[in-house]
Amino acid sequence: MALMGVVLLPLVAAFLCWVPPFRRAAWAISVVCLFLDLILALVVASQVIAHSYVTAIPRWVGADGLSALMLVLVSFVCAMAALFAGDYMHHNKAQAHRAWWFYCDSNLFAFALIATPAMSDPNLVWVGVELITLFAILLVAFERTATALEAAWKYAMLTMIGAPISLLGFLFLFWAYRSTGALAPETWLALSAHATSMPPALLRLAFLLVFVGFGAKVGLAPMHTWLPDAHSQAPSPACAVLSGVKTSVPLYAILRLLGILLASPTARMGYWMVVIGLLSVAIAAFLLLQVREYKRMFAYSTVEHMGIILTAAGLATRASDFGAVSQMLNHSITKSLCFYVAGTILITLETREIKSIRGLLRISPFEGVALLFCSLAIAGAPPFPIFLSEFSILGSGVQAGHPLVVTILATLIVIAFVGLMMHVNGMVFGKPVGPVTRVKIPLTCRLAIIGAALPVAVLGVYIPAPLYHLLNLAAQQLGGR
Amino acid sequence: MPSQMSAPEALNTLSAGFVLLSAFAMVATRQVQGVVRYFIVQSLLLSASCFLLGYAQHSMHLYALGAITIVAKVLVIPWVLKRTLARELYVRREIEQVFNIPASLLWALLLAIFSVVLVGPITSATPDRVVQINVPIGLAGVLIGAFSLMVRREAVPQLIGILAMENGAFFAGIAIAAELPLIAELTVAFNVILITVIIGLLTQDIKETIGTTETGTLRGLKEEPTSWR
Repeated sequence: MALMGVVLLPLVAAFLCWVPPFRRAAWAISVVCLFLDLILALVVASQVIAHSYVTAIPRWVGADGLSALMLVLVSFVCAMAALFAGDYMHHNKAQAHRAWWFYCDSNLFAFALIATPAMSDPNLVWVGVELITLFAILLVAFERTATALEAAWKYAMLTMIGAPISLLGFLFLFWAYRSTGALAPETWLALSAHATSMPPALLRLAFLLVFVGFGAKVGLAPMHTWLPDAHSQAPSPACAVLSGVKTSVPLYAILRLLGILLASPTARMGYWMVVIGLLSVAIAAFLLLQVREYKRMFAYSTVEHMGIILTAAGLATRASDFGAVSQMLNHSITKSLCFYVAGTILITLETREIKSIRGLLRISPFEGVALLFCSLAIAGAPPFPIFLSEFSILGSGVQAGHPLVVTILATLIVIAFVGLMMHVNGMVFGKPVGPVTRVKIPLTCRLAIIGAALPVAVLGVYIPAPLYHLLNLAAQQLGGR
Repeated sequence: MPSQMSAPEALNTLSAGFVLLSAFAMVATRQVQGVVRYFIVQSLLLSASCFLLGYAQHSMHLYALGAITIVAKVLVIPWVLKRTLARELYVRREIEQVFNIPASLLWALLLAIFSVVLVGPITSATPDRVVQINVPIGLAGVLIGAFSLMVRREAVPQLIGILAMENGAFFAGIAIAAELPLIAELTVAFNVILITVIIGLLTQDIKETIGTTETGTLRGLKEEPTSWR
């Protein structure tokens, strides 16, 4: 019951935002519905922890550990982003009359993001991921400036070229499943039950096509070029969702399929995942060094983290899978925080350039501290949660006997750390350009930053037992041994 | 043992040939409207194959899929394109392409051969003639669509490129995943229509704000040494 609520509530919210008499209250509707959704997602997670699987509609809608983790992440980030949007959207006077449309589309986007992990049928996961892309295009184009439209167009073309390719992959997957002679409907559960009897060549081809198609949506190199454009041009609350969880949901589908593939001993693809993952981390790390806008900087950091998660999943051991799902959790909460901070800086100082922001601590102590906090957290400094998960991934790599992978990954993480902190150091400290005028930070922006910073601060030193259990359940779906 | 093909299967092979031909035609056409027309022809061929195979295999699913294809791709999508795009866009001729037409056709031919080579080992493992025909041609449709998406510079032909890729995937799909749940097929069709609406609106916005629909020339966000092409 709770699961259906989680899936349908954002759709209700989207509808309410669209109804003309309610358009003025679109923000309040979104916030209330999405926070309720977060509570329901936590209920679902507790049910999954207790029973390890929750079914809402047999055969179509259900959740296991990995799905429940995604549900909690997505609903948390969407709820905080909706809270953040309140004053942010007010700020943009030219678009204020269209703000209801932003909320309506954000809720549709949230619906697609939440529904995708809850689908038991792989083909519906494909549909869900496509819907995510479509609603995201509208969000990127929302401000209708020339650059926003250009970013939306590039995003649309580069990610949609993957849609039919991954569709073909899912059709091959269906064929592979049917050729085992199984008559039960195709679900993730049935697929993993028959993983060993599916023809390996067919399974490999299916995975390859899905990987190419969805990899473009995740932003894996060499298909990452749309990501910094789209994630810097969208309104900041949308950026938080785009960077925080929109990239993780297609990755979720890839990882699930990888889990099935790894169960079939002759169809191993782990090495390729490690190669592509490291390539993404490498490209992102070097581009981080020369980036000029701070929103793009955080966007490149997303490419880096997606690469790290893929590398960890490719190592395919129990420990590295645990690292991968923790990294997914930590990246989502930390990256969304980064974009709330970046968005607040953008509306108060009205510049996107790293160069023209100096001495933020003196202009606005709150923003300065927040930027320092979130940058250290996303770069992976101790005692933040990303440090813990990156460390456990590196440790699992050593254990599994891949010293080369660990060395390369560690080096690249350090390069990315240096690149990011170099820019942030200049922004936070240093001498302000021009006279110092204190800026006023809107209330909902402040609340969202504090709300998102809390789990980032806590999870680095203390992981609650239920969460640990959920992460373990999620890691089991990734097929490591 | 070359067994005799049944009449519907033979007709499906004929239709498959024309599907490939229409993919080539889309690559070779410069006028936007012409590209749309070839897309409609390709969709009609796809639904014809659905009906033929549905008849041969007594599959209600395939009949339904054929009907869905006609409604979504032959009726709704061209209508949506006409409604959202200004007439001037619709009858436009593309001046500039990355490759000229003979070179594009050569590339398309290479992609078709590549797809036969790629899936050959898999399809030859099954005795099913329909799979042997539809899967390579469907994959070729996907790849040629992707190719035309990359070399085109006008917004509408790029959109049609995506839709043609989708046609290719389905053409392979009717052979290998005929019993796909109907709800999945319906949502996929809905998704295709939504793609058309959203890209159509985006194209219109781009035309109003930037003043061109030659999306290949958009360069405002070029910062990094890597560009999107």
